[in-house]
Parts: sequence; structure tokens; C-alpha cells
Amino acid sequence: MYDAKKIVPGIIIFVVLFTFPLWSNMGKAAPAPKPELPKTEKVCVMDTAYMKTEHMVLLNQWRDLVVRDANRLWVGPDGKEHLMSLQNSCMKCHSSKVKFCDQCHNYAGVKPYCWQCHLEPKENM
Amino acid sequence: MEKDRREFLKIGGISVLGLSALPVFEVLAQEKGPRYKPDPKALKGTQWAMIVDMKKCWEQQDKRQCKDCILACHKIHNVPDIPDVKREIKWIWMEEYKHAFPDQAHEYAPEKVKENPFMLLCNHCTNPPCVRVCPTKATFKRTQDGIVMMDFHRCIGCRYCMAGCPYGARSFNWGDPRPYLKPEDINMTYPTRRKGVVEKCTFCYERIDEGLQPACVEACKVKALIFGDVTDPKSEVRRILSGQYSLRRKIELGTGPNVYYLI
Amino acid sequence: MLEKAFKGGQKYWSLLLGLLVLSGIGFACFMLQLNQGLKITGMSRDVSWGFYIAQFTFLVGVAASAVMVVLPYYLHHVKEFGRITILGEFLAVSAVTMCLLFIVVDLGQPMRLLNVLLHPTPNSILFWDMVVLNGYLFLNAVIGWTVLSAERKEMPPPKWVKPLIYVSIPWAVSIHTVTAFLYAGLPGRHFWLTAIMAARFLASAFASGPSLLILLCFLIRKRTHFDPGQSAIDKLSKIVTYAMITSVFFLLLEVFTAFYSKIPGHMHGFIYQFAGYEGHAELVPFMWLSVILSVTALILLIPPQFRSNEKLLKIACITVFFGLYLEKGVGLVVTGFIPNVFDKVTPYVPTVPELAITLGVWATGFLIMAVLYKVAIGVKEEIRA
Repeated sequence: MYDAKKIVPGIIIFVVLFTFPLWSNMGKAAPAPKPELPKTEKVCVMDTAYMKTEHMVLLNQWRDLVVRDANRLWVGPDGKEHLMSLQNSCMKCHSSKVKFCDQCHNYAGVKPYCWQCHLEPKENM
Repeated sequence: MEKDRREFLKIGGISVLGLSALPVFEVLAQEKGPRYKPDPKALKGTQWAMIVDMKKCWEQQDKRQCKDCILACHKIHNVPDIPDVKREIKWIWMEEYKHAFPDQAHEYAPEKVKENPFMLLCNHCTNPPCVRVCPTKATFKRTQDGIVMMDFHRCIGCRYCMAGCPYGARSFNWGDPRPYLKPEDINMTYPTRRKGVVEKCTFCYERIDEGLQPACVEACKVKALIFGDVTDPKSEVRRILSGQYSLRRKIELGTGPNVYYLI
Repeated sequence: MLEKAFKGGQKYWSLLLGLLVLSGIGFACFMLQLNQGLKITGMSRDVSWGFYIAQFTFLVGVAASAVMVVLPYYLHHVKEFGRITILGEFLAVSAVTMCLLFIVVDLGQPMRLLNVLLHPTPNSILFWDMVVLNGYLFLNAVIGWTVLSAERKEMPPPKWVKPLIYVSIPWAVSIHTVTAFLYAGLPGRHFWLTAIMAARFLASAFASGPSLLILLCFLIRKRTHFDPGQSAIDKLSKIVTYAMITSVFFLLLEVFTAFYSKIPGHMHGFIYQFAGYEGHAELVPFMWLSVILSVTALILLIPPQFRSNEKLLKIACITVFFGLYLEKGVGLVVTGFIPNVFDKVTPYVPTVPELAITLGVWATGFLIMAVLYKVAIGVKEEIRA
């Protein structure tokens, strides 16, 4: 092969670097997240399956509905009314960011910037 | 040819019909699924305005160095107290006559007017330059009640609105504001801001939408701040404005400020 | 064609390395700014735009280098410019890139930059500035590269470039006009509120862009085997002369309106610039230097025997460039905020990290220019050989 001395080590170095995340985490699977659900409330603003996958879409929709269109109330599928507010509604039931939000966010390695403005409930630990 | 045209018109007609039916479908879809709506308690107006009665205000300033409105507003909205005047953030603040009204101040004005500070805040202009210049609609004028709003989620921090505002009503977060908030004073029901966005008075849209008066109005014990709908001839603001002469800041610029001063 | 950028002498590589180091330092300071916020700059609540936006404003002018060679060549068949259109276009590419970088480093939330596209707002001049600057960058990059590729193959450029070239001419006017509109449409900023702002921008652009181009032509003639041609330089120097006269004339019009009308708001900006206002005189030495440079430039440019002298022309071009830099890149933006809307003065002085970021952006622009010029000159030398 033409220039094999350079190409082969190059390919090896590339493959090693490219697969670094795979083999460096081999055998140390992170434990599945266990977000703590509120004990007092049973129903959320939408059903659990939707909230699991789409809560960020919903929050994004809420912020426009509240800030831009002066809406305040969300009527859930069950007809129950909720205040549309991360700080004053979501976090009233899910009263611990550490035990709820962070569980999955840390697992998934995402850092939502909500908390740079919105205040998280004071944790009593 | 004839057939083609007929075909075209047919398809076009159906498309138009379909498009006009779209809003109906949207409403129907909303009926079934989750819905949203404003709070029924929300205050309703066409253009909110504020009157600042400086005579009443000055009395309180003399008596007890009153800053009730500033303290209430800044506490409720988590406005940081930044000591460096170049970087400070203010939603409602005090300014001397000659700086508040540089276009009409004169040296022979009564001592009282010259020496005592005026209360300044965003004028929620009828024709706001800040809204005109914003490249992302992060600042916009609410169509229903004329509040000049800030959407902190959307602001990119270009500061064009600060250049556009002739009233100095806008502040920029040059750094993270949180270190300048006292932990014990933080209002847990309202967010803070993050570095790199512009902020200003929002006429307490969050309170108006829940049926409450702005925080500064509520905090003023002598009713020197009067809030209401200036388009409603029966409103208290209109009654006061028709009763005595009032001042507005820099009216020659055509921005249509909605904060009136009585002296 | 890009391979030509990878073959150069030691001087070329050390130039690139030097520029790379400067932009690296600038980038490190930008990282600090991202982390700390814009508080690391000298800007304040009252002077909310500073050095970054001022550089951007000046560099929009430099981007006019392209149109001032393209227009005479394509519309008036001034053959002398055929050899250097590519230099004008590539200078414009690097100048506009710097403009865009300066806007990005000035943002409080640069990560949200794309909100401008996500929520397009036609009533905002900044939205249109984004459109025209990106458009001008695209036009010059595509036109320059395509025409140069064709030249290398010794073929006429493809037909589809012609319309783009014609579009690029009014487009160049649009970048100055729209950038001037950023300032000229704001109520309560008297120093900027002037109908001839766009005309002033065009005049100073047509002086500063071509004067840098002349200096670059001299440099290229000395350092490479490509000669941009004496007659092209002569023609450019004539353009610089008329543009500079117009630019100074427009500025004097502003001074007349302000001081004959005696409207305080219109005078205060000039008073702050040239005499100091309420005990603040931060800009006074710079603005007088700008006047001295501009007058020197006019003296050296107007008599034909002076400007045809290579040495004097070089000095004239340097004085034009720096004179206008001080006027647009230092004075114009900051003075709009002084005195502020409360008729108070908050002085502005850029900080060290702010200057380092500024220098970094300039270095990045010159890096792009060095590489593009290397390619262009490589092709020109190849054809000649």
C-alpha cells in the first residue's frame, strides 16, 4: 500500500480516539435515574408518558403562552386547571430539583439553563 | 387549455376552502385536548398609564426619605442592588428635575421642583422605539393593553433597545446578577435574570394578569402613584388628567410616553 | 486552488503564525467574556455600545473596497481594474467577516444569535444589517473565487456570475446605508439623528476601503511577482481623493447645522469630541488627531503632482485610513451616548481584555485576507509564468 507506514497508524489513532467514549465507559453503566414523584398529587398537567418525553416542549410553549400572550391557566386533559409556571406550579409539586429534575438530566448529560433565571426550591437536606 | 384552467380553479378553490377551515379545526382540536386561557381575574385595559403625583411624593420624601415604591418593586422582581453606578439595574428610580426633563428644565423653576427628585420608570410608550429596533421581538408591545414587555427568554443582548430608548429606562446585565441579591430577600415566586440580557419595568404584567395593581402602586401609602386605562374616559387616571395640568418626558420625540407627572 | 495557501516562504508562515497567536489571545479573552459577561469591558448602562460596535461600523466602510473597483471595471470598462478586482473582493470578504465577528462578540447572549433568524423582525434595522452583511459576504466570496478559478484556467468566467456581480454593486451601497440607519433612526440620540448619516458612511467608506487597497497593492508589488499596475493605483488614488473631500465636506455640513442652529443636543456631541463636555475630554486628543490626519490627507491628495508621487501617496493613504478610523471607529459610536439621555456624562474607556478581543478579531480578519491574497497572487503569478 502506498504510504502504509503513515496511513495505518493514522487509522488506528483515529479509531481509538473516535471510540474513546465507548471503551472508557465500558462496564460502568450509570444507574438508571429514579426521579422522585410527588406524594400528594397523582395527576400532572399532562399524562406521564407525554411529560417524560415532551416536558421541555411543553415548557417552551408555556413560556410563550404566559409571557407573550398573557395566558395564565392550563386546562389539562382531565379538565383540571393549572397555573402555567415552572417556579410556582411545577416546582410546587415536584418540590426538589435534586430529586426530580436532576435525576434524569444528569443521567442524560443535559444542563437546561432554566435555572440560571428561575429559582429552584430551597432543598431541605 | 380550457380544461387546465378549470382544473386549476377547482384545486385552488378546494385549497382556499381547506385553509379557511384550518382555524375551525384548530379550535375543535383544542376542545378535545388541553387548553389554555388567561386568568379570569386579570385586569383589562387598552393602554395602561401611570400618574405620578410628585407633590404627594415629595411630602413623603421630606418626611421619611420614602422609597417604598422602589423597595417594593425591586424586591418583588429580584432586581439586584449593584453598587457600581455604571452597571446598576433599575426599574423605578429617582432622578433630578434637570436630568429627568433636560428639554424643558429651567433655572427659575421653583426650588421644590429643582431640588427634589422625580420618580422615573419605563414610559410604556404608545410608539416605543425599543420595540421598533429589537431584532428578535424580545421586547414587544402587548396588543391588548399596551404594556411594553420584555421576554427574557428571547433577548440576545444586542442592546439596540438601550440605544433606542430616549428615557434611559433599560438596564443590561453586564454580569451575573445573583451575587447582588441578598439570599434572605429573594422573592421565590419571580425569576431572576441571567447575564447578558436587558431588563426594565414591565408594569407588573405578572400581577396585572392575576388581577393585581402594579407593586409600586400598591406600596405607595399616599396614593401618589395612580394606575389605570388612559383610553377609558371613566377611569381615575383620565379624571385626574382632565382636572389638572400634567407633564410627560420628551414628548417632542413622538414616542407617546404613558407616564404622567403632576407637580 | 486553496493549495496555494499552503505553499509559502518563511515570512508568509511567520505572518500567519503571528496573526494566529493574536487571534488566539483574543479568543481566550472572549472565553473569559463568555464566562464573566460583558462586565469585563468598559461599557456601561449609559455607554451601552463601545469599541466592538465602533470597529464594526468602521469596517463596514472598508468593505467598500470591492465596489470601488468592481463598479468602474464592469460598468465603465475601466480595464486597469481588471487585475485587482479580486483584491478588492477578497479585502471585502475579510472586512465583512470582521464586522460579523464584532457583532457576535458584542452580544450578551451569543448562543441565542439564531433568534434573529428564528423570529425575523423586518422593522428592526439590525435584522436588515444581518441580511445585507451576510449577503455581501456571500456575493464577494462566490464572485471572487469563481472569477479567480476561471482566470486560472484562462477561460472567461461562467455566465451566471455576471448577474451576481451586477447585484453586488447596489448591495455594497446597501451595507453602508443600512449600517448608517442603525444609528440615524433613533430618537433622542441627537449626534446620530442626521439624514446624511448614510451619505457620510458612503463617502468615508469609498475613501477608507480603496486607501487600504492602495497600500496593499504597493505591498504586493514589493513582496511578490504580481504587479497590480500603476494605472490602477492612480485611478484608485483619484477615487480616494474625491471620496475624502466629500467625506470631510459632509462632516462640515453637520458642524454647520449643529452650531448655526445652536440646538444644544446637536452641539453637545461635537463639543464633547473636540473640547470636552462637563469636565470630560476622553476623546479630545483622538478627534484632533483625526482632524490633523484628514487635513494632511487632503493636502497630499488634492494636488495631482503630490498623489502621483508614490511615497506621498502612501502617506496620504495611511492618513486617510487612520483619520477615518478615528472618526468612525473611535468617535462616532461612543459620542452618540455622550451626553446620555439624562444630559449626564459617563465616560467610556475600553479595558485590556476588550482591546485584546478587538485585536483578536482584526487578526482573524487579516489572517483570512492573508490566505485569500496568497491564493489570488499565486494564481496571478502562475498565469504570468
